[in-house]
Amino acid sequence: MTAHRRIDTSKVGEVTVVRFIDKKILDEASIQELGAELFGLVEQLNRKSILLNFADVEFLSSAALGKLITLDRKVKTAKGRLKMSNIRPEILEVFQITKLNKVFDIRGDEAEAIAAFQ
Amino acid sequence: MAHDAAAGAQPDPSSGGWSREVDLPSERGASRLVMEELLEQLGHHGWEPTDIFGIHLAVEEAIVNAIVHGNKLDPAKTVRVSCAVTPQMARIEITDAGVGFDPAAVPDCTRDERLEVPSGRGVMLMRSFMTTIAYNARGNSVLLEKQRAPHAG
Repeated sequence: MTAHRRIDTSKVGEVTVVRFIDKKILDEASIQELGAELFGLVEQLNRKSILLNFADVEFLSSAALGKLITLDRKVKTAKGRLKMSNIRPEILEVFQITKLNKVFDIRGDEAEAIAAFQ
Repeated sequence: MAHDAAAGAQPDPSSGGWSREVDLPSERGASRLVMEELLEQLGHHGWEPTDIFGIHLAVEEAIVNAIVHGNKLDPAKTVRVSCAVTPQMARIEITDAGVGFDPAAVPDCTRDERLEVPSGRGVMLMRSFMTTIAYNARGNSVLLEKQRAPHAG
């Protein structure tokens, strides 16, 4: 069992569902830690189906976006699948402005995202 | 001049607004020394949560840029943040002690070939969420302004 400080993970079938501990993802040190924990899911734990549930996230900075992009690339390289859900409108706008909504597979809620893995 | 961070708020009775000038140390996370109060004041002046989110993001990105890229985390340098908030306007100026940069030279992060590059989105987010953003000629100071959207109806 790997101890995580920035994320909570659970399994729904084959899908690893990630919830974020921090409501505001902006502190540089926390973002580094968050990145390491997310990358570990792919690189150490070999998880192939990952859902990031943003329900608890109120704010994230561009440094956090960078970690999500790197995670997406790592998952694609490992031939896995990454989806995101429960993103509040303000953060969705950030994804739209940066056109990352074209890069990421974004779903409305967790159930819809889980279904999309099938 | 780290003690400036503890300087009192300067009420501006003529406009009914709030203003504050703070020198931040060039340390990661230093933005919190001014951000909490700025967000609180935006709320006090009746700004909508959506606008506060955008201002928060823009100012955070600008301060991180100033500390990390401008001052290169040099403990001998500080970042000056000047804020002014009224019910109609939020104006934040962030100045670092670095050599400056050319904002026009920042590549467009939304071009297909750059979409998956993990950095370089801060300036675009500032432009999107603020009404105006302007750099000085040297490129070490950015002025962010947001005008309150008129009430619907």
